[in-house]
Amino acid sequence: MTAITFPGRSTDSSPERASTRAKKRRKRNVPLIAGLTLFAVIVLLAILAPVLSSYDPTVPDLAHAHLAPGTDGHLLGTDYLGRDVLSRLLFGARIDLRVGVTAVISPFVIGTILGLVAGWFGGWLDTLIMRIVDVVVAFPFYILIIALVFALGAGTGSIYLAITMVGWVAYCRIVRGEVLIAKEQEYALAARASGLPTWRILFRHLLPNVVLQAIVYSMSDIVLTILALVTLSYLGLGVPPPTPDWGSMISDGQQYLLSQWYVATIPGLAVVITGFSLALIADGLVERFDQK
Amino acid sequence: MTSAPLLEVHDLEVEIPVPHGNLQAVRGVSLTLAAGESIGVVGESGSGKSITLRALLGLLPRPAKVVGGSILLDGIDVTGLPEKKRRKVLTEAMSMVFQDSLTALNPVMRIGDQIAEVPRRRLGMSRSAAAARAIDLMNQVGIPEPERRYRAYPHELSGGMRQRVCIAIALSAQPRIILADEPTTALDVTIQAQVLDVIDNLRKEKQLGLILVSHDLAVVSQTCSRVYVMYAGRVVESGNVRDLLQLPRHPYTFALLRSVPDPDQPVHRLLTIPGQPPDLTVVQQGCSFAPRCAFAEPQCLAAEPPLMTAPGQRDHLAACVRLETAPRWPSWSQEIPSVPAVEEVGS
Repeated sequence: MTAITFPGRSTDSSPERASTRAKKRRKRNVPLIAGLTLFAVIVLLAILAPVLSSYDPTVPDLAHAHLAPGTDGHLLGTDYLGRDVLSRLLFGARIDLRVGVTAVISPFVIGTILGLVAGWFGGWLDTLIMRIVDVVVAFPFYILIIALVFALGAGTGSIYLAITMVGWVAYCRIVRGEVLIAKEQEYALAARASGLPTWRILFRHLLPNVVLQAIVYSMSDIVLTILALVTLSYLGLGVPPPTPDWGSMISDGQQYLLSQWYVATIPGLAVVITGFSLALIADGLVERFDQK
Repeated sequence: MTSAPLLEVHDLEVEIPVPHGNLQAVRGVSLTLAAGESIGVVGESGSGKSITLRALLGLLPRPAKVVGGSILLDGIDVTGLPEKKRRKVLTEAMSMVFQDSLTALNPVMRIGDQIAEVPRRRLGMSRSAAAARAIDLMNQVGIPEPERRYRAYPHELSGGMRQRVCIAIALSAQPRIILADEPTTALDVTIQAQVLDVIDNLRKEKQLGLILVSHDLAVVSQTCSRVYVMYAGRVVESGNVRDLLQLPRHPYTFALLRSVPDPDQPVHRLLTIPGQPPDLTVVQQGCSFAPRCAFAEPQCLAAEPPLMTAPGQRDHLAACVRLETAPRWPSWSQEIPSVPAVEEVGS
């Protein structure tokens, strides 16, 4: 650190200099790297579940029920049916991550498109879309999800559908708000002035400028979806037994909370760690892409 | 004189509905522009100059709308065309350069792609042809090392370079008219001159019509051959730059000129124009500048004066009842006591 600045350096704005600056910033982006690493480890564990677990997660073994962690090769013990907790945790991750990630994609796409359209065109279309949003938002999230899944019947298919029907409103609101700001910017006017078709202005010029907030939100939405799945499984509306998932593991384990606290706590911790990794990714993305 | 005007605007009227009435943003503006000509539109904020430009492109901000007048391209009236068709015709003929190049460029798109976009999408060029055209355009507007800068993002360039990119984008559509809305206001003076040079050279080279909107008379006098002075949504004076600067016929132009420091004259107190522009939601009685005019007479309040030809100057029009006495108005050095610079510091 020196107080002397060289005239050529302080005001340099040549592209390659700017890009090395960007690279440096990317290198220092600790939250993004930490989050991605942690999430990659979780995904890897889920993928390698058949290799890593030496027990079948669905077959009961009543002779070895209620084992404490570390006994007889059960690293995290067994549950009330004698099933290996570690195996169930790893196989549960497959279900929870898959549902969590895929159930976020369709609300993300639908909400973003409707938000773009509502914000750009305004008028009666905006009013119509936003009133539908208001109706959905008027119900508490879990009550609506539970009611929808109950009406549609338990299972992953209805969970996807219910989460899509409820989840899109958040994306719609976020994107619409960003579009309202962005469309007043001169680049939007300039794009219109150059006579480009509306769909191109919307998807090529506005979307990349407004989508960051939606992506950041989707990270926490994955956690929210996993929690919803956990809640639904806990209520018996989620993935049907004996397929392992973190929600049903918590719900099974809570009966033995006093004698075997770890059976319910371990899958709970898995939810927390997954959520933490996604929150770090969201933070890192903001740091990486937000120019403001 | 023989060439038919490229663009003619007759009695353009724009209204903006506001909660307490209709704001008459543009009240009967007429302009003509020949190929290769550059005209300036001058006026203070809110005088309707930017709104006029946007009306020409059919891109008025909601809820403003054109309520009267006609726009003629090559002598053909486009006002009667259906909205979509009209916008297509107008956007194909004209391109716009904006005031703030940082907001006028898409922050997340490489500048080369932004320049190549119209050639590729609207003129139907192949990807490589459009890219080559973008590089050619960057050369034309004086961006050094265009191949390297093609992949830069707007925030990586300086203000002057960004404005050059905006000009390249405007040219990419192969327009015949460039509308420039205060293109140099956001730049410092040396860069300002460079950017004006770029615009002016391209105009001459490609025989483009240029409409330059500015509040800076110096910028306009440097670039344009004719000037329109706007006040409260009307053209109050128009004519050759030289005529208009040397012998303004409207007190508003006169006052504008006196509010700019002149390096050739002894130091004097800059004169401001007292008061504020009128509320355009109220229908005006008489001349809209009369309440602020140093020369106002009772007759000024009776009726709004039309644009009249100044005696002896064919193309010089002014909307003032006393345009004939204008030569006898007090000039710079007379009547205005010059104030030594030292005193200015003390006061």
